[in-house]
Amino acid sequence: MLEADNLECVRGERRLFAGLSFKLEAGELLYLQGRNGAGKTSLLRMLIGLLPPEAGDIRWQGEAIRRRRDDYHAALCYLGHLNAIKEELTPLENLLAGARLAGETLSEDDAIDALEQVGLAGREDLACKYLSQGQKRRVALARLVIDRRPLWILDEPFVALDVGAVDWLAGVISAHLQRGGMAVMTTHQPVAIPAGTVRELRIG
Amino acid sequence: MFDIVFTVIARDLKLAMRRQADIVSALFFFIIVVSLFPLGIGPELDLLRQLAPGVLWVAALLATMLSLPRLFADDLRDGTLEQLALSPHPLGLVVTGKVIAHWLVSGLPLALIAPVLGIQFDLAGDALFVLTAAILLGTPALSGIGAIGAALTLGLRGGGVLLSLLVLPLYIPVLIFGAGAVDATVSGLGGEGHLSLLAAMTIAAIGFAPWASAAALKIALE
Amino acid sequence: MNDRFNLYRFASPATFYPLAGKMIPWFVALAVLFGIAGLYIGMLVAPTDFQQGEGYRIIFIHVPTSWLSMFIYLVMAFWAAIGLAFNTRLSGMMARALAPTGALMAFLSLWTGALWGKPMWGTWWVWDARLTSELILLFLYIGYLALVAAIDDPRRADKAGGILLLVGVVNVPIIYFSVKWWNTLHQGSSVNFAKSSMAEVMLWGMLLMALSFWMYSIAVALARVRTLMLERERNTDWVRAELTRTGEMQ
Repeated sequence: MLEADNLECVRGERRLFAGLSFKLEAGELLYLQGRNGAGKTSLLRMLIGLLPPEAGDIRWQGEAIRRRRDDYHAALCYLGHLNAIKEELTPLENLLAGARLAGETLSEDDAIDALEQVGLAGREDLACKYLSQGQKRRVALARLVIDRRPLWILDEPFVALDVGAVDWLAGVISAHLQRGGMAVMTTHQPVAIPAGTVRELRIG
Repeated sequence: MFDIVFTVIARDLKLAMRRQADIVSALFFFIIVVSLFPLGIGPELDLLRQLAPGVLWVAALLATMLSLPRLFADDLRDGTLEQLALSPHPLGLVVTGKVIAHWLVSGLPLALIAPVLGIQFDLAGDALFVLTAAILLGTPALSGIGAIGAALTLGLRGGGVLLSLLVLPLYIPVLIFGAGAVDATVSGLGGEGHLSLLAAMTIAAIGFAPWASAAALKIALE
Repeated sequence: MNDRFNLYRFASPATFYPLAGKMIPWFVALAVLFGIAGLYIGMLVAPTDFQQGEGYRIIFIHVPTSWLSMFIYLVMAFWAAIGLAFNTRLSGMMARALAPTGALMAFLSLWTGALWGKPMWGTWWVWDARLTSELILLFLYIGYLALVAAIDDPRRADKAGGILLLVGVVNVPIIYFSVKWWNTLHQGSSVNFAKSSMAEVMLWGMLLMALSFWMYSIAVALARVRTLMLERERNTDWVRAELTRTGEMQ
């Protein structure tokens, strides 16, 4: 269970939000909504533990995340608006290196499988700098296919995806929720997620 | 737990191997700077022999500085740094891996080429040996201290110049004992004391610097 | 619990701002008093040195500024440690407010050292261990000032500067001893600033001058910290109230 308790966020001289609380149980999805600059990304950065809140607490399974940072990070998968892939490495190497750094075990077959699912079959061994922007994004999304960690935090995952890919990603998130996972995400376009309980939180 | 250190080293080495031009250019920078000194000073071998340790060490400091700004900047730009910070391991260990990898591609080549450059300055056999040993022992400390500066200046405008402003004063002890080791050997005093102090500084820097860098990285990522 | 409460109360800019304002005149007065006493002893009472003549009297500026430059760095590191440990806003501002004064002291120390060196040793600069360390200390101050100036977000600047200060303060003794060792190895021009047979009255002069510079540093740092507070908290109610009260804002 992920709990946010009375969070306050100050960026520069502006107070973006205060007194923000929510609870997220297994199988639930939290949609963060708000206009640009309302503090959606700041809230996500608090939830992944990179930005300490001005006030308030974030708890994972009842423990404050700043006390059990490593345990929390072992349960957390974060997809930011940057792809976190290395141009010099191939999609396959990127997936494998990413999994190892996250402390996960990932077999080469599973990784190739995931890349096929995102439509990169046959490009596994091509350095990422030769891929298009959309293809690079798919390499980043391929991580979600294989990730079995319980908490996903996704910053604008649907941006710049074509219609087919949006449906596919919605399916991946549904499967994650059906497995008992949780997800928090920001998005501008409303996307129907077939499974799980969807909750909304508006900030700003 | 130390798996993460080796994982990061392996990743950074692989990346460096795909971008060999960077390693080679830092190495040539070192060679060219060292070779310029005789042209500025004159070809008297006695004088050059005296200046050799200082010249080689100052050039080594500058060559190390050259690759420091990119130590974390590439990872910051493509989002990998966030993922590294979110790995379920202490960030200090991740940085330790990056520091070691940085040394393997920047400090180690300098140590390997240093004896050749020492010959240009007419250093004798034992002095060449001590010079190589000193650069080998001292450059890891440069990578470690440099990582702090790289983390503090991450993402700032004019970061490269600022980095040298922060880091070069902290390099002074390494410079003194590194060059001192060779001086002491040349004058017949023996450089062992200097070398063991260099080793001590390197151990301290590798143990302490990654955690200071990790603290600075967390601030930069807020 | 009550003590904690008070500590946090004074760590809050809204409380500290008027308090600092009340303290400044006192520290200025003390600086002037100690300065007059120190200069009187240094210039008029202290005997002429039989080897160095009247020129030695510059040590009444030189030695206190060197002491202060080192002391201020330590105080900054102390504030940095407090700021990083307890995340107090005031600590970072204190470190920042002290830095220019510390750099000034290091610079004055080098300058007066050079002025003293010319008549004493016939050269403006010698690579003496103390002078060299003082120069490196000035570099550390400049590095800190450059770093905090380059970071736009004040909180991030304070924290990053704090880490640099702590790294620096760990390194200062290492740098000092390595420079000292380097100097004795090269044995060129090792010079002792402080004469072992320093007359007692000269020591008093230096102490008074050091106190004067110390009080001056506190006064200037408090004034600077007040400005930093107004600048950083310009959108808060207490700053608005303060500015309205002093008629700075219509």
